Amino acid sequence: MKSDEKAYPPPAMLDPAILFASVLNGLTTGAVYALIALGLTLIYGVLHIINFAHGAALMMALYGVYFLHEKLGLDPYVSLPIMVPAMFVAGYALYRGVIARASHGKDENILLITLGLSIMLENAALYFFKSDTLTIDTAYTLSTVNIFGAMIAVPKMVAFFGALATTAVLLLVIGKTSLGRAIRACAKERQGARLVGINVDHVFAMSFGIGLACLGAAACFLLPAYYVNPQVGNGFVLIAFTIVVLGGMGSFVGALIGGFLIGVVESVGGLLLGESLGQIGIFVIFIIVLLFRPQGLFGARA
Amino acid sequence: MRSLASIAVLVLAVGLLPLFVSSGVTLGFVTMVLYATLLGQAWNILGGFGGQFSFGHAVFFGTGAYAMAVLQMRFGLNAWAALPCAIALGGVAGTLLGALSFRYGLRGSYFALVTLAFAEVFRILANTFDFTGAGVGLQLPLQEGAAQLQFATETGYLYLALALATVSLLFAWWLKHSRYGAWLAAVRDNEDSAAALGVNAFRVKLVAITVSGALMAAGGAFYVQKFHYIDPHLAYGAPISVEALLSAIIGGMGTVFGPLLGAVVLHGLGELTRNSLSSTPGASLVIYGALLVLIIMFMPRGIAGLFEGKR
Amino acid sequence: MLAARDLAISFGGLKAVSGASLTVPAGKITALIGPNGAGKSTLFGLVSGFLKPDRGSVALEGREIVGMKPHAVCRLGMTRTFQIVQPFAQQTVRENIAVGAHLHIGGRKAALAAAEAVAQRVGLTAQLDKPAADLTVAGRKRLELARALATQPRLILLDEVLAGLNPQEVGEMIPVLRGIRDSGVTVFMIEHVMQAVMNLAEYVWVLAQGELIAQGLPGEVTSDEKVIEAYLGHGTAARLKAEAAHG
Ligand SMILES: Nc1ncnc2c1ncn2[C@@H]1O[C@H](COP(=O)(O)OP(=O)(O)OP(=O)(O)O)[C@@H](O)[C@H]1O
Ligand SMILES: [Mg+2]
Repeated sequence: MKSDEKAYPPPAMLDPAILFASVLNGLTTGAVYALIALGLTLIYGVLHIINFAHGAALMMALYGVYFLHEKLGLDPYVSLPIMVPAMFVAGYALYRGVIARASHGKDENILLITLGLSIMLENAALYFFKSDTLTIDTAYTLSTVNIFGAMIAVPKMVAFFGALATTAVLLLVIGKTSLGRAIRACAKERQGARLVGINVDHVFAMSFGIGLACLGAAACFLLPAYYVNPQVGNGFVLIAFTIVVLGGMGSFVGALIGGFLIGVVESVGGLLLGESLGQIGIFVIFIIVLLFRPQGLFGARA
Repeated sequence: MRSLASIAVLVLAVGLLPLFVSSGVTLGFVTMVLYATLLGQAWNILGGFGGQFSFGHAVFFGTGAYAMAVLQMRFGLNAWAALPCAIALGGVAGTLLGALSFRYGLRGSYFALVTLAFAEVFRILANTFDFTGAGVGLQLPLQEGAAQLQFATETGYLYLALALATVSLLFAWWLKHSRYGAWLAAVRDNEDSAAALGVNAFRVKLVAITVSGALMAAGGAFYVQKFHYIDPHLAYGAPISVEALLSAIIGGMGTVFGPLLGAVVLHGLGELTRNSLSSTPGASLVIYGALLVLIIMFMPRGIAGLFEGKR
Repeated sequence: MLAARDLAISFGGLKAVSGASLTVPAGKITALIGPNGAGKSTLFGLVSGFLKPDRGSVALEGREIVGMKPHAVCRLGMTRTFQIVQPFAQQTVRENIAVGAHLHIGGRKAALAAAEAVAQRVGLTAQLDKPAADLTVAGRKRLELARALATQPRLILLDEVLAGLNPQEVGEMIPVLRGIRDSGVTVFMIEHVMQAVMNLAEYVWVLAQGELIAQGLPGEVTSDEKVIEAYLGHGTAARLKAEAAHG
């Protein structure tokens, strides 16, 4: 996301060990990407709307984790049971209060509304928190683990497994609970769901809330290895969309695989092309998939 | 015809303004409003009249801005020669982007996201290559004089902005009164119906994005001449895309004067918040974002919708 | 005027139209009837360029048009209306019709004037300055027809322009359609309203489950055993009754 440095020339030789470490690093980032994208794809799959404010919501969650750490001394991982419900409630309220009332039946309108929300959030953060880039210090910030010779930061390992665990929980909720059944019913056939007595508006708001709750979890896993500033969400928005489109709009498995894929592409691309140019791979993938295979690599829906 | 007369009045009033007002601040304010009108109208032609929402209009702005700077600094072109080239390149960028997206049937939100991705790609490219000054950007050498399209006072820039904004207003007026404009509105409202009535939707949209790209590039070229500087974020970053769509949507999509009204409101608000909130960054944009949400929710035809009657 | 040969298309596994061949004679009103889901609208889509057939050919006045885009087909003199009406909702009736008129008329004023003349032909004069979104169902059907007429077609495909109208409105539309034919425009119409088919059509094609099962004069076709079976077998009678109760 930091792309302001000047590009440096790619390394002359490609050491397999460096490449391996880069792939591992990509996978750990990819897990968090996947978690962020899962929230987005859930919202899309159920409500058929694109939440452009997803990045801004992640930014707010990151600030939440940051202030819980700075003001209350809470470890980011301990903040999970606070941040996840908080983001859920925020999402539920946002859907009920604003998004549900605004579409006038055009999906681009939702896109514009959520763009407006992200502008508001980003600049409110700028106003209140200033533009400084903030990081937190924990006991484990700088520790690493050795995996077959590759040194991976501990927070990244935690993020990897944490994101996977959260994903598993999410899939369980969607797959096994009665709420999940209602969500799936609304995703498939909203009129039918309404007819059998499901409160569709409530289910939609729940889905939106769960989508943002994923961001609450992602923020807790992300911050120890990352940073926060008002613009931090921007970088994630297009990446999350790329993953969602790549995996097929609304597909969970697709979002997971897409997340890892994009994580690795970014990491290895950065290694080969330099950090600045390396990011281009993601957007080129995004454009190509949208143009030539809009149903995604794994999705079959039209 | 009434709107044509309004455009004439606007040109006259602004044209005579420097005779009565000497304050650089006031003239600078009017200049920036006209510049924002140009950007908003560029977006409006594709998004408002054509119904194709772009989130990445910076891709055209940046192309115009870099073309203007590079043609002068690397190829030694005179600014007056570089300006039409920059505008044409913006049009070409529009044609290419449109040909790709519309050929593959991208609509609605997908089109918006693809334009955004294109802007990002260009930002990264501009950030990488020394040809465009990489991350440092390009600093246009100071050579004041009308022959160099650089002016010592605000008045020169005021007239330049007025000329460009007027062209964009006239084009929007023409859309309201021509066959092509009727086709564009038809494609916006229902592509299938339009096709059944013999409208080549692909070509109609392609023309719209080409003109839109050219006008946006004119805005980029103006920016370089006025501020003598461009870098990847200024050229291809999200803020410029957002500024273009904000003034068009708040002012009124698909209306001739919407972008002008939107520009007045945005820059007026900007001045107010700058004065009252002691220049804290972010405050005015929070209001713009809220305005965007409220307008979409309650006034889809924007401020101009209040004047141009109910549709 | 129009000749389709061996047209076929399937959606997924469903054969919506399979091997349909038909002709539409010039200067007459020809009807295409058949039970719900028979593939009538799909056949219109294939003929007018909105759908690409898996196989088969379409000739308009002897000229091969399969693979052409809808707008190109329209320029050749054939246009269609949609079963589910698709007005330019934000625009007035006049502006809607003018879009069709612009096919041959470049000037804005002339096209708007032409729109007014067409509106008169279909009885929309009183609604000219209303937004299309404010029209009743009957009004929208007329608008669909008016826009298509404004392109000055030689062949017009009408997809259930009478559906959803009450008997009185149907009665008003019949002379309008006849007038179109009398002005030299060939009409090919999908219709469920039997009263209208018997009244208007000079030739009838019957489609069932994607195949043309009968053709002939209206009187012949309605007594054809295959046709009765196709309809009754698919519960059309019940549907018509239900529709009447709704309408
Ligand atoms: N785009 C499509 N994708 C999938 N199936 C389709 C599509 N269009 C039509 N069908 C199916 O093809 C069949 C024929 O549909 P069609 O609309 O042509 O019938 P119809 O004869 O016009 O019926 P009706 O009288 O109800 O208008 C139906 O089973 C329909 O569900
Ligand atoms: Mg049909």
